[in-house]
Formats: sequence, C-alpha cells, structure tokens
Amino acid sequence: MSVNKLGKFAVVGLSAAWLAGCSTTGANTDASTATTATNEGSATTEQAAPADTDKSATYGANQDNSVTSVVDNQQDKAKNSKAMLDGVPTVFYFDFDKSIVRPAAREALAKHAQYLIDNPNVHAVLEGNTDERGTREYNMALGERRAKAVARYLTIQGVPASQIETVSFGEEVPVAFGHDEKSWQLNRRVEIRYEK
Amino acid sequence: MMLRKWCLVLFTCLLFTSVARAQLVIEVTSGADKLLPIAVVPFGYNGTNPLPQDVAQIVQDDLVRSGLFKAIPRSSMLSQPSKLSDVYYRDWRLLKADYVLIGSIKKIKGDRYRVGFQLLNVLTQKPADDYTTIDVTKNHLRDAAHYISDAVFKKLTGIRGDFSTRILYVTEQHDRTHHPLYKLQVADADGHRPQVIVESNEPILSPAWSRNGRDIAYVMFKNMRPRIFIQELATGKRKQIMSFKGLNGSPAWSPDGKKLALVLSKDGNAEIYTLDLATQKLERMTNNYAIDTEPAWGPKGKTIYFTSDRGGNPQIYRLDIKTKKVERITFEGDSNYRARLTPDGRFLVCIEKLNGDYHIALQDLKTGRVKILTHTDLDESPTISPNGTMVMYATTEHGKEILAVVSVDGLVKYKVPSTDGDVREPAWSPYFN
Repeated sequence: MSVNKLGKFAVVGLSAAWLAGCSTTGANTDASTATTATNEGSATTEQAAPADTDKSATYGANQDNSVTSVVDNQQDKAKNSKAMLDGVPTVFYFDFDKSIVRPAAREALAKHAQYLIDNPNVHAVLEGNTDERGTREYNMALGERRAKAVARYLTIQGVPASQIETVSFGEEVPVAFGHDEKSWQLNRRVEIRYEK
Repeated sequence: MMLRKWCLVLFTCLLFTSVARAQLVIEVTSGADKLLPIAVVPFGYNGTNPLPQDVAQIVQDDLVRSGLFKAIPRSSMLSQPSKLSDVYYRDWRLLKADYVLIGSIKKIKGDRYRVGFQLLNVLTQKPADDYTTIDVTKNHLRDAAHYISDAVFKKLTGIRGDFSTRILYVTEQHDRTHHPLYKLQVADADGHRPQVIVESNEPILSPAWSRNGRDIAYVMFKNMRPRIFIQELATGKRKQIMSFKGLNGSPAWSPDGKKLALVLSKDGNAEIYTLDLATQKLERMTNNYAIDTEPAWGPKGKTIYFTSDRGGNPQIYRLDIKTKKVERITFEGDSNYRARLTPDGRFLVCIEKLNGDYHIALQDLKTGRVKILTHTDLDESPTISPNGTMVMYATTEHGKEILAVVSVDGLVKYKVPSTDGDVREPAWSPYFN
C-alpha cells in the first residue's frame, strides 16, 4: 500500500471521524441508559485495518476530487508535500517497556516534521501502542510515553506543538494477534495519523 | 499429613439450559488438601409446575467451587429426606458425609416461594444450625441458593461466604471482518446471569465498584480518547466524569466512598490524583517524571498503593496521603504491577514479572514474604473477593483471554472460561448487605 493512498484515505476517514465526533459531543454529557449506550465508536473505522480496505473499495479513483476538495485552499502545497511522504513509514517501533525513538526512525520522522512545517493547517495525531504484556493501565501510560517521545522528536525539528496531539491506546488496539515476540514487536508502535 | 492435590476437571456446570445466557463456565482445577464431605440433598417441593432452578444443585456447586468441600453424589444417596424426621444419620455415615444439608421449597402465593433449609451434623447426629426459611419470588430462587451457601459456609468455616456477590468484566468479540465489540458485563460470582451494562466498538477497561455496590466506574474510549464514566447499575444512568487531554484512567473508590483515585496526564505524564466526588475537587497525589498509575487504596483510606517505574522498572509503591511520602513495597521479580489489598490490609496481591512470565503474586506486608500463586502466563487484573480468600484474574489459555480464580493460600484454583470471545478485567463486588 502506498503511503500516498493511505494518507488520502486517512483524510477521508478522519474527516468522517471528526464530523462524527462533532455530532456526538453532546452525548458526552448525557445520562443515557445502559441499553442505549451502543455504537460508541464511530472513530474506530480508521483504526481497524479491514475497515480501511473496505473504504478503499468504496472510494474509487473517481473519488479523488472529493477528497482533495476537503483539503481547502492549501491543496497545491499539501499535494506537493504529501508526495514528499511517498514511501515514508508512518509506523515507528519500540523496544519492550521502552519509549526511546530508534535511530532508524529519525530520517522518516524528519520528513514528517517537514511536512507538518509546510502545512500548518495539518494536525498530526500520534497514537502510542504497547504489546499485551504487563497490565492494561500501565500500558496506557507506556503508550502515551511512546507517543510523547515521537512528539518531542517532531517539535525539536521545529513543528509547533499545537499541530501535534498524542493519544494512547495502550494494549487495546493490537495489529498482530499472536502471543509471541513477532506479534509483540509489531504492536509496540507509534502511528502517525494526519487530520485536517 | 500428605499433601494431596486434587483434580476435579469435571465440574462443568452445564446444567443451565441453552436459553440461559450464561457465558462463563466454571471448571475447578484444584482444591484444598483436605475436603469436608457434605451431602446436599435435593430439596423437597410441593408444587406442580417445575421450578426454574435446582436450588440444592446451586448450593452444592457453590460449596464445591470454594475448594473446601467435597459433595456426596446424588446417585449414591440412600435416601433423599427433606425434613428432619425423615433423616437416618446411619445412611449418611455409611456414605462418609460429615454434614447433610436438607431443605424444601413451598409455593406460598402467586410466584412467591418459601425455601426452608437445615444443616445437620452426622457425627453428633444433631442439627448443626437452626432451621431457617427465606421467601423469594420465582426469579430469585438463585439468590436464595446463594444465601443458603453463604449460611452453610459461614457455619462450617467461620468465614463469611461470597456466593451472593457479583463480578464485573469486559468481553471482546473480535470478528475480523467487523469492528471489535466490547461489552462491560455484570454477573453472579459464579458467572451466571450475565447482563450487559455497556456496549461499544471502542475499548472498555478498568471497571471498579463503589463501596456500596450501587455505582460503578470504568474507562471507555470515545472517539478514540479514554474517558472515565460513573454509572448507576440499577438505572443505567451515567456521567462522564473525566475527559482531560491524554490519560483518564484507573478509577478506584476510597474506602469511605467519598473519593475516587484516578490517573491523569493533563500535567505532563501519568500521575495519580484524587477526586472529591461531592466538591469535584482534584488533588494531585504524585509528582514524578516516571509513570505513576494503578492506584489502590489501603483499607483505612490513608495510603494509596500504585505502580511506578521511577526506579527503572515498574514496582509497587505506597504513598502516605497526608505526608505524600512514598515508599517502595515490592522488590522481588523483574517488575511488579497493579496492587490490590486484602480487606484486612495484611496482604498485597499484584502481577509479578518473573523470568519473562507474568504471574499473580501475594506479598505478606508484615513479613515481606512473597508467594507466587499462579503458574499461568500473561496474568493480569487481579481482584480480591470481599472476604479476602479468593483472587480472580485474567489470563490467556489457548490464545484466548479467560478469567480464573486462585485462593489466597494458593491451594484452590478454578477457571471461568467464556463461551463468547475474550473475557478480561474482572472486578469483584463488595458485599451488598
């Protein structure tokens, strides 16, 4: 999957998520009953890999215009910059119980930093994740620390902190489901997601 | 005395019909060294319509699950008396029963039933306790059974039973073609009568009981951000109480019920705070660049135990709320996580990482001695029964997350696997009365 493609779908998915988020903010202070408390997760769509695949099937090539029309008047610049992110990884991996950005990630992160500097309207969400080992709330904190380590790297490169948000999913959103080092390594990660 | 481990893989209570939505099935895997033999005789019944519950069977299952009793099988009973005058003690002595529980159920009015029971001592050939009756509606026959189990358990062990308590837990159904579905559920302590409290496509974790058992708190993601909610169980009414930027996690009610300890990262990184529920005032408890999380109140409410990696590896620390002094508590294993205290404050239960595996560990806070209670891996989320004798926790078996129970003395073990997806994050209720 090319990063370019991923980026576009992320924009579509995230706009949808953002809209959904807006439309449900009222529900945050609700007193809804247990049985009505369903479908909390409109924003999960862009998380699950299969959902992304569904989306790419739905949004065919002819949908590209509608995608870019969401990306207001910065579109030309954004397009150029996005091409710059072609082939640049958006997932960065970590050692067990560590939150140190690996040297191998620096080059790619520098490109993300440049993209954010060139596109001040673009907002990056850094999602920190852990493997399943250890306890859930500790992993929530560890995931956050990883996301913050990446955020720090980006701000050192000159990205304004206001363009970056860090969130942690702890061990709750794995991408690999095995109970072995191979799966664990894939899950110990920070993903960069772009929002507009 | 010879140490004899006892294996009873058979206790699969598949008695309930498929209509009952029971999702958790108990399997007792090991019990205490010496089991007390008891005969729970099927209860007499004067009605014509069949009863929805076999009360005596539920009592027997409860007692066997405690790991302290051995049940005389119904098939070998020479007689099945339901009143004292019909009891021949000699029959029970032949079967080597130390105690016999008899009972009867009478329909009194509408759907109300009177359940009478009496515990008999075979050795003295006398009643061990008074004859007792309780009136319940048809839907509460299971509650009556747990009440009887509590009474028998208290009489014979001196310990208050926890058969009438409940558990909270989270299930995840992960169908690869759909979004995962998370459910926060509540069930009887034996896994029966599950009810869904909240359903979401986003993760739910850290359920916690209020001290009176009426309210619960939990963490649920909304738009992929963690939020803390408080919900009244009976009405389903809920409030989102914490939605700061970053972490909102690990809610834990103080022993007096007035405060909630929780974890926020609004001031930079994971720190422990207390929230006064009446005034909504937040007070910061920890201040360290390291991770501070998973608060658990000491039984008197003067201390908070928590997990911190301030020393390099995650370990359990204790904070004195008044002086804010922090003391390290765990030293064994590679690291330790998520403390829970027994109600008397004597023992600390936590997750210990040892040689790469994650086990349930018990630490005697008086002597400092540590005992590993489980030999499974990837154990997490320990929760202690209100009488302080049992620890329920989440573990992984054949790649599936299940709940399991181990007694604080390490002798009794049973599993509570789910028939329906992964089960995790158990929280044992307090007593309800």
